[in-house]
Amino acid sequence: MRSEVDVVVIGAGPAGMAAAAAAAGAGADVVVLDEQAEPGGQIYRAIESVERDRPADLSFLGDAYAHGSTVAGAFRAVRTDYRPGSTVWQVGDLGKGKRRDVVYSRNGVAETLSVKHLVIATGALERPVPILGWTLPGVMTVGAVQSALKTSGIYPAGNLVLAGSGPLMLQLAAQLIDAHVPIAGIVDTTPPGGLSRAFFHLPRALAAGETLLKGWRMVRTVNRSGVPIYRGATHLQAHGPAQGGGEQGGGEQGGGEKVTSLSFRSQGADYTIDADVVALHEGVIPNTQLSRLLQAEHRWDDRQRCFHPLTNQWGETSEPGVYVAGDGGGIAGGLAAARSGMITGLAVAQSLGLMAEAARDFTSEEQRLRRFIDLSIRPFLDSYYPAPDWIGAVGDDVILCRCEEVTAGQLRAAMAHGCSGPNQAKSFLRCGMGACQGRMCAASVTEVMAATGGATPDAVGSFRIRPPIKPVTLAEVATLDAG
Amino acid sequence: MTKTSDVLVIGGGLHGLSAALHLARDGARVRLVEQAYIGRHASGVNAGGVRRLGRHPAEIPLAEAALESWRAMPDLVGDDCGFKPSGQVKIAENEADLELLTQRAAEVRRLGYDHEEIIDQATLRALIPSVAEQCTGAMIVRGDGFADPYRTCIAFRRAAEAAGVMIHEGAALRTLSRTGNVWRAATTTGSFEAPEVLNAAGAWGAGLAKTLGDPVPVRAAAYMMMVTDRQPYFVGPVVGLASRKLSLKQMGNGSVVIGGGYEGKADLESGKTALDVQGLAKSAETACTIFPVLRSARLLRSWAGIDGEAADRIPVIGRGRRHDGLTHAFGFSGHGFQLVPAVGRALAELIRTGTSSLPLEPFSPARFQEKSDG
Repeated sequence: MRSEVDVVVIGAGPAGMAAAAAAAGAGADVVVLDEQAEPGGQIYRAIESVERDRPADLSFLGDAYAHGSTVAGAFRAVRTDYRPGSTVWQVGDLGKGKRRDVVYSRNGVAETLSVKHLVIATGALERPVPILGWTLPGVMTVGAVQSALKTSGIYPAGNLVLAGSGPLMLQLAAQLIDAHVPIAGIVDTTPPGGLSRAFFHLPRALAAGETLLKGWRMVRTVNRSGVPIYRGATHLQAHGPAQGGGEQGGGEQGGGEKVTSLSFRSQGADYTIDADVVALHEGVIPNTQLSRLLQAEHRWDDRQRCFHPLTNQWGETSEPGVYVAGDGGGIAGGLAAARSGMITGLAVAQSLGLMAEAARDFTSEEQRLRRFIDLSIRPFLDSYYPAPDWIGAVGDDVILCRCEEVTAGQLRAAMAHGCSGPNQAKSFLRCGMGACQGRMCAASVTEVMAATGGATPDAVGSFRIRPPIKPVTLAEVATLDAG
Repeated sequence: MTKTSDVLVIGGGLHGLSAALHLARDGARVRLVEQAYIGRHASGVNAGGVRRLGRHPAEIPLAEAALESWRAMPDLVGDDCGFKPSGQVKIAENEADLELLTQRAAEVRRLGYDHEEIIDQATLRALIPSVAEQCTGAMIVRGDGFADPYRTCIAFRRAAEAAGVMIHEGAALRTLSRTGNVWRAATTTGSFEAPEVLNAAGAWGAGLAKTLGDPVPVRAAAYMMMVTDRQPYFVGPVVGLASRKLSLKQMGNGSVVIGGGYEGKADLESGKTALDVQGLAKSAETACTIFPVLRSARLLRSWAGIDGEAADRIPVIGRGRRHDGLTHAFGFSGHGFQLVPAVGRALAELIRTGTSSLPLEPFSPARFQEKSDG
């Protein structure tokens, strides 16, 4: 089936909801495609069902999460063609003028939408954290633990260790503590001296006083909880059941044996702590699968150590008619994402002739101001929680590509044999060619190739993305052939 | 500074590499310029079919010679390039298909070749138990198979460099002109001079040939391919169909590569391709009809490789008509992979001696001209 629509928004997180509401509010026909069963994105995941079925959980999920109720309510109040449970797997054009084809599957059937304006609001994903043993069963991400907590109110059994750095890990720790879930340890990889690093950004951060205050409360919750905290941790390594030399513990990489412990160095001492579940986290990075697929221009952000698509003040990429709203355009957080979504939605409405330029500019100016205030905490956060600088130098034994089990050492050896970039690495090693479509290794591959070859990440680039961006069965693909 | 050589090869695909390798082994000083990187387009990302089955009669002698080289590939380039002689079959979906295949096999036998063999339904099902019940038989070529295209590119590149070929990647041709007995090529990374030029520029070859006075009807085609996640073993030979577009093979790691002729769109200027999902859907539907087990296989990736396709679907190989010192080899129309070792050797002969021991006349760039002249 194939139909034509003015606007398609991909993703129903804060940015997608706001973009859809702004465009639809001005009279545009808007289709919203989202993988989840209800609106919210990752940040407000399952907010409606939590409010309806498990309202008590809001006490530990926190105010920032509960705010999603207002956001989702505002989205529901505007008439859009919202299609939950939809997985977009291809966007492209075949030279059919300015329209683009968005192909997605819902309930096992694929459909094509031919669209004038495409808003990509697919948010962020967690930065892959390639350490020895990260592929062991039981090693997951902070985001995955938090998703389960939001969606179902469930949490891992046994010794749970949080390991890494960043606001999301802090938030999860506070949520678990408030929910009276035992945490075996917090292995904090934030380099020491956070406050002095971020001190000069504190005055500006005060403009986002409420967010700052919430953060401070979370820090207090964690510090007073009695959970062992190991600060300034480095040399993290997850281990399975001991086999021979303990030092080699992380080298088994897979094999079905679950993680049993995490070793690391903290403040000059070596530790090994028991762990049934290790939740890793080193911040979030823009999910650029769709903007890469569309071959929009991207730039490397040295402070956040990630690529983001280049956009103009309306969120439009180098590909005309393709917009990126929210964290997919650069990490700024949920509140700022909603502002950028609204700005993009207004721009789309204006270019469809549904709104005068003056009206667009007037309304978006207020959003820009609010967004500026929301963003005032970012320099503080980015300095306090600097992006990890060690990924380019990970040990040769560490697996980068989980799907095809390609190690950093293999990648470096391929470079010595003439493998000149991430796309050649696919051909040399099958690196990045598995079911995750490179989501779990693209960032690390760029880091390792840049560090090894002495090139900038911009020069190294990233994988060309091949559709489908999410795996889809051949039977589903074949459904497009009907008629 | 201008870089000189005896032969300048334009195009770092497999045919350019193979010709460069053979020329260098024969003692020539060879440079190769490539606008992107080795194996960027069709050479690196094709379906990897090592196929004599169903070839145009003019290509059969080349394909026969090439297969000999594939069997001895380690002797040529120090690597087997992943060649697996799994056999290739062309399946009949009905009696009419089978009749078509039978006639074709008889025709090839009349030409003096016996590699194409007809098998009945029972034999087909014994060979490939997973095949759909309606399939009535097949044509099989047992010595055929498939290889790994990018691995082949790497092997040919290393062998060529070991033989002394100088490879210049990221060198896009700007102008090419002949003064006296010397070609002068200006590229984005510098100038080159050589008395002999080989145009092995694939889909870009026709544009270059035209500027050199050899217009040929070769268009850019972006053949699409798909690969699935790993499946339990279900098929050994490479599978095609008598009357529908399909080329399907299961790789050693279990993944399934599906192609066979549905096209996306190629943009020669940017080197980018766009996929046509309707074509992918048809391809998926065809594959699932022949192998119902594939319905639940997950598509992991689809892509297109740019190749030149000639109007008569056989390549352009031969000396230039307007200029001395010019040889063309492009427009392999999506099935040049198997021919690589034989055509490279033939080109080396042609460039050094003016003739070749393999019959190249049917591929002459003049063949289109003659038709319109006559």
